[in-house]
Amino acid sequence: MVGYRFRSPLGLAMSLGSAKSGFGHWWTERVTAVALIPLGVWFAASLIAHSGSNYEAFIGWMGSPITAVLMILLLITLFWHIALGLQVAIEDYVHSGTKIWLLLITHFLCFALAVGGIVATLRIAIGVWTAT
Amino acid sequence: MEHLSNEHIRPLSPNIHRPQLTSVRSIVNRITGVFLRACAVVLVVWLIAAASGREAYSRFHDCIASWPGQFFLLASTFAFFLHLCGGIRHLVWDTVRGFELRQIYISGWIVVATSVVLTLACWLASLLIARQV
Repeated sequence: MVGYRFRSPLGLAMSLGSAKSGFGHWWTERVTAVALIPLGVWFAASLIAHSGSNYEAFIGWMGSPITAVLMILLLITLFWHIALGLQVAIEDYVHSGTKIWLLLITHFLCFALAVGGIVATLRIAIGVWTAT
Repeated sequence: MEHLSNEHIRPLSPNIHRPQLTSVRSIVNRITGVFLRACAVVLVVWLIAAASGREAYSRFHDCIASWPGQFFLLASTFAFFLHLCGGIRHLVWDTVRGFELRQIYISGWIVVATSVVLTLACWLASLLIARQV
């Protein structure tokens, strides 16, 4: 695992670095960030390419398997990255008892939005596939 | 010791200093991150509207085409590029490179300039393509 490169031998051995479980969080934030670079650029470029196009053109684009796969990957990575990033922001600024509730709501919302987006994408794509 | 702890409230973080490119760029990455989360919600609403059918999609489209909608889209584009370029800068830092003060200022200004240029380029391209359709 990548932990061997970035964690101290003692931290690995005791499985308790100064960051405790923080390394996994930090690393996942980086992994999702790297994945979001091509996915984000693809999404922005696609939106620009579809400027001014109508509903049919848009649905046709969403119905292509490549678009569906990339859109679902984008949704998973994006909301994962958002959940990790917002968690840090909340932990930095909120120190009262509401912290745990905010964290719960944030994580639930991220999951719900990701699943909602994926289902919507699949519905459009499957609609196009069954129609043709 | 009692009077010391009460009267001398010491600064706890560098946030109290005069705003500098370094500190401003740092907090901007977090602010754009939180703002982009709102954009991600809009992205899901957009997908659900498209999945619901033509009527819901055109209603969403009208919202985005309005002046507030267009302003939101412009702000999202700029926030997207600021966060993207700022994020790449962070990834470079993670490789323990670019930590000299001079390099930090140079990369900070590169992030701002690139984001402005890319935002303008995207909108120009989008307007040109929309005109052709």
